[in-house]
Amino acid sequence: MGKGDEGSAGRDIGLASRTAIYSMLGFVAVLFVAPLVWMFSTSIKPADQALSTPPRLLPSPASDTLKIASENYQAVWNDPVVDFPLYFRNTLIVAVLSVIGMVLSSAIVAYGFARVKWRGKKWVFPVMLATMMIPFPVVMVPLYVIFKQLGWIGTFSPLWIPAWFGGAFNIFMLRQFYMTIPKELDEAARIDGCTHWGIFWRIILPLSRPALTVVALFHFIGVWNDFLGPLIFLNDRDQFTLALGLQLYQSQTGNTPWHLLMAASTMVVAPVLVLFLLAQRTFIEGIATSGLKE
Amino acid sequence: MSARPAKLTRDTSWKHEATGLAWISPWVIGFLAFTAGPIVMSLYYSVTDYSLLEKPVFIGAENYQRLARDEIFVGALKNTLWYAAVSIPLGTIFAIILAAMLNTRIKARALFRAAMFIPTLVPIVASAMVWSWLLNGQIGLLNQALGWIGIKGPDWLGDRHVAMWALILMSVWGAGNAVVIYLAALQDVPTSLYEAADLDGVTWIGKFWHVTLPMISPVILFNVITSIIGTLQVFAVPYIMTGGGPDRSTYFFTMYLYDNAFRYLNMGYASAMAWVQLVIILALTALTFWLSRKLVFYRSA
Repeated sequence: MGKGDEGSAGRDIGLASRTAIYSMLGFVAVLFVAPLVWMFSTSIKPADQALSTPPRLLPSPASDTLKIASENYQAVWNDPVVDFPLYFRNTLIVAVLSVIGMVLSSAIVAYGFARVKWRGKKWVFPVMLATMMIPFPVVMVPLYVIFKQLGWIGTFSPLWIPAWFGGAFNIFMLRQFYMTIPKELDEAARIDGCTHWGIFWRIILPLSRPALTVVALFHFIGVWNDFLGPLIFLNDRDQFTLALGLQLYQSQTGNTPWHLLMAASTMVVAPVLVLFLLAQRTFIEGIATSGLKE
Repeated sequence: MSARPAKLTRDTSWKHEATGLAWISPWVIGFLAFTAGPIVMSLYYSVTDYSLLEKPVFIGAENYQRLARDEIFVGALKNTLWYAAVSIPLGTIFAIILAAMLNTRIKARALFRAAMFIPTLVPIVASAMVWSWLLNGQIGLLNQALGWIGIKGPDWLGDRHVAMWALILMSVWGAGNAVVIYLAALQDVPTSLYEAADLDGVTWIGKFWHVTLPMISPVILFNVITSIIGTLQVFAVPYIMTGGGPDRSTYFFTMYLYDNAFRYLNMGYASAMAWVQLVIILALTALTFWLSRKLVFYRSA
């Protein structure tokens, strides 16, 4: 917890190597952020300046920035063919339904692995871990057939209903988290007559809020970013998610101007970046612990 | 921790099993419906001729025999393995070096780390758009920048000898995830080990090689394995950016599988490919474990 904050941790080094490290890290950090800066910069320039050499960060004259930016973003938002407002709404619906299901079901299943004593889990748990190795392409053809028979193709159902049955990785992560909650709490509750459900609901869930937030955040981003799922299971333009919409926007006109394409991309990226800025710690700690401590 | 009386658990054992199963039942149902069932179905489809419009017709091993002769398939398989063989070691080494630099006593560590992590959050479709723009042969920022130092950049996505390298380069942009994980692992290495090495006069290279790497080796193994599984499925970025071209030089396994299943409606053939993919992933995972057994050091807690 609280790892990676400045100062205390880390290994001591001399001044020369410290300077070298600063410059290398700075260089890499700039390179990593540059594509996004350039995306945004292109999105606030008029068409002819997007292609200008040498490259500039702001349009010229710079005082026009706001005007041009709002023109570009409005052009994308109100595109006659690619309905971005609708795709925002679709993506949000799918993401919210999917996140609720994923968090609830994974939390419940993880309880079964962490807190209920039964012999079968010795066998089932490794099987669950092994399923993480199964590539999606292996199941996507039969899933398509199954969903078609269920009448789900061309609806949001394939994109969120499976989430209500939990995800192996999230279950694993939550189980690891539950294991760190002292068992004495359960036992005290049990003496007071609490059932498993009561322990889960009143003790484990409230204490697991940080881990549940990690699951919710990462699943939300996973759904927001998913491309292959919607590509296969949706076929009607009215149902598209943002990922598909963005691709449609690029391909349909064949020659979408770069400044508008970058404005559309920025719109798709922005919510995710805002989430990250709001919950930076949760993200970093979530990733760090998912890197597994046994 | 708790030492519950043994007889209690034995008497009501069936009840415990039922309770446990009930708790995990959502996952069991989902596993049967969305994973185990489809895998069995996929195995069956792989030995049939199935167009989705008509019932599957059993044709034995024909699909698999066809795969072996299919030059497009062999090409896609080679591309995929090559891409994985270059991008995984490159990404791993790069991420470990960055994490090691971040683990020194520096200021603004959180800022550097955030800068490296943010690209991993960008939706694949959006990053494909951004990189298509950056890598544009005539007016892309990358070639402009190369121009300033006197290098004439190639047509990154339009040249069949270069496109694969462009995608590999792009994959390194996603190394931030691994950087965060490695940094956490590095911070877990007990400082006493470094102090002991200092007393013995070990150089920093020696410390890195004999202390740091062994101590984080389980995390490296975990990361390499997840990368293998993920990289062998690469789809969206090449699908959007190059469409597999030019001349199928960036045509990958999953793209051919997708095309067969959903464009040519060769569901049986696609399923055979899916099984080949599964076997390759399992085999490479097993191979990695086997190769790592002498290299990975597990701390006995």
